Amino acid sequence: MTTKLEVSYTPMMDYGAAWDLQKSIVSRIDLGEQQETLLLLQHPPTYTIGSQRHPEHLLLSKEQLEQQGIGLFEIDRGGDITYHGPGQLVGYPLLLLAGKEGLDLHGYLRNLEQVIINYLAHYGIEAGRKPEYTGVWVGDLKICAIGVKFNKCKHQRGFVTSHGFAFNITSGIQNEGFQGIIPCGIQEYGVTSLEDCIGKPIAVEKVAEEIVPFFTEVFGFEAVSAQGAEESPLKSAGY
Amino acid sequence: MSNQKFTDMVMPQLAESLVSATIAKWLKQPGDKVEQYEPICEVITDKVNAEIPSTVDGIMGEWVAEEGQTVAVGEVICRIAAAGTAGAPAEERPQAEPHTTPAPVQAEASGDQSMRGRYSPAVQSLAAEHGVNLSAVQGTGMGGRITRKDVLAYIENGGGATETGRAAEAPAKREVHSPFEGLPHANPAVRPEQYIPVPPASSRQSGLHMTESPRIPAVELEDQNGRAETMIDVTPIRNAIATNMRQSVSEIPHAWTMIEVDVTNLVLLRNKLKDEFKRREGYNLTYLAFLLKAVVNAIKDYPIMNSVWAVNKIIVKRDINISLAVGTEDSVMTPVIQRADQKNIAGLAREIEELATKTRQGKLKLEDMQGGTFTVNNTGSFGSILSYPIINYPQAAILTFESIVKRPVVINDMIAVRSMANICLSLDHRILDGVICGRFLQRVKENVEGYTLDTKVY
Repeated sequence: MTTKLEVSYTPMMDYGAAWDLQKSIVSRIDLGEQQETLLLLQHPPTYTIGSQRHPEHLLLSKEQLEQQGIGLFEIDRGGDITYHGPGQLVGYPLLLLAGKEGLDLHGYLRNLEQVIINYLAHYGIEAGRKPEYTGVWVGDLKICAIGVKFNKCKHQRGFVTSHGFAFNITSGIQNEGFQGIIPCGIQEYGVTSLEDCIGKPIAVEKVAEEIVPFFTEVFGFEAVSAQGAEESPLKSAGY
Repeated sequence: MSNQKFTDMVMPQLAESLVSATIAKWLKQPGDKVEQYEPICEVITDKVNAEIPSTVDGIMGEWVAEEGQTVAVGEVICRIAAAGTAGAPAEERPQAEPHTTPAPVQAEASGDQSMRGRYSPAVQSLAAEHGVNLSAVQGTGMGGRITRKDVLAYIENGGGATETGRAAEAPAKREVHSPFEGLPHANPAVRPEQYIPVPPASSRQSGLHMTESPRIPAVELEDQNGRAETMIDVTPIRNAIATNMRQSVSEIPHAWTMIEVDVTNLVLLRNKLKDEFKRREGYNLTYLAFLLKAVVNAIKDYPIMNSVWAVNKIIVKRDINISLAVGTEDSVMTPVIQRADQKNIAGLAREIEELATKTRQGKLKLEDMQGGTFTVNNTGSFGSILSYPIINYPQAAILTFESIVKRPVVINDMIAVRSMANICLSLDHRILDGVICGRFLQRVKENVEGYTLDTKVY
């Protein structure tokens, strides 16, 4: 079976715009009008609060947020509060989970984690899971947060996934937005970044490019057709 | 010249923990033009070289600290005449002279005096024999250098006799600037006839202020029976190694143990992967990377191996940072693989390659050397089959990986030819005992012998 996946990378997209884009693509996938899609992008500084609403995990007031120019969204994914910002590769896989052998929603989360774990392994980093927490960890530090929503299809059986992973790339990101929150409500563990782990600078764009084959391998996509997102450097990349 | 404006250059705080550093080499001579940010000298700290940049434009005035001298952070190392106020470089040089060679008798300063302060061992021993203060002798050799003839002429003119009294006082005066004048006197017990080519040794016994001793120039002794002995400079790096080794051996009660591992499967695994790996990654997939992984995983199971003795406590470190002993032509460095527990075999192989290359090129930075918690030495790379390593102070243990050799081994009462290697461990017996180390080594052995053709390096 040759399932195709559309991939795009946008260097910077407002959280609200990306959320709307996700919703429209999800409904088009449901209608069978669009191929499954992987949106890769970066957000400006934003906090998002998932379905486990714990306002106490946001340590800043609305005024402080405004002052620092940080957006705040209460959204429809699983999980608690997290931070998005420049230096973090955000990936939104919008996949149709139907007809594929069984419908294993947790398996989908584990697969997302596996993509990041395999990618890090390629850089010589041993990353893993913590049984009690979703996400990817290096030692006791979280390098990639994961939070998803399964959107029940209206026009066919199954689900379309939305939201996804937030993979910290640039060193120092832990000193930025993550200071203002208790990420995912996990108090005892901090966060880290790819640059901190490999000890070298690496561009988010490069990671966006490199991670695609790891994604297609885990999820069994055979070919990738780049989407026509104008700014996408992946457009011409031949996977 | 008196109205010149001089800027004092001080030893900078190169790292948080740094209290002092040793001047390895002056890159600028007194009188040389210096630009801001231009390196003026190399310093060495805990076995790392770093260049100190100038903070101003100007002309190098005088060196306050000599090569080989240890200087506390914040102390003056040299003075730089500010640009514009400085005279011509030619005028600078004599001004700097008195500090490098305090000469009571002013030379009839004719021509080049650059070698004025350099004494050969032969001259030094002759001077010691006759109690001559060399700084009082007029040199006629190249660059004002003092020859044996000069010393003999000086003695003939009665110089030696009057100097004898001064020579006796000399040891007490060793705090003064000249790096050379104290040398022969520092060791009055040594008879000139039996002049031993390591005279500063007795003044280095404390192991604390070794670098304050004068350096010995690397010059062959003119022995009457031909050249029998060679003097070798003790470089700052050798000094640092000597200090660390001495401290380790004198403070840590070492114990030693060894285990034998069957690496036949590892050899097969590596042979299967190495060409493809090299082609893909551009560097070698070494046995050491597999061994490191086995050691790191064993440390995870026995975290006490990753600890430090702190008199009334044992501090167990969370991060496993492996110091890797890397030999160069004339020294050994221990750069650190940070958080080795978070790296897979490929990642460890890359770290090994990078650190070894940096070490050989002399490009290690301070941060490459810090934070080690356990040391591994790949002694097998130079053919050793057994070694007794000294612990990398203040760690708790050091492990060596010896040569892989094919040997007949009894398995199930049959003799097989297997690839075998020894793993040796020196341990701090204040922290560790035979039982825990035996278990630890057993785990290393299991990990190494557990490699199969299916083992993944990523």
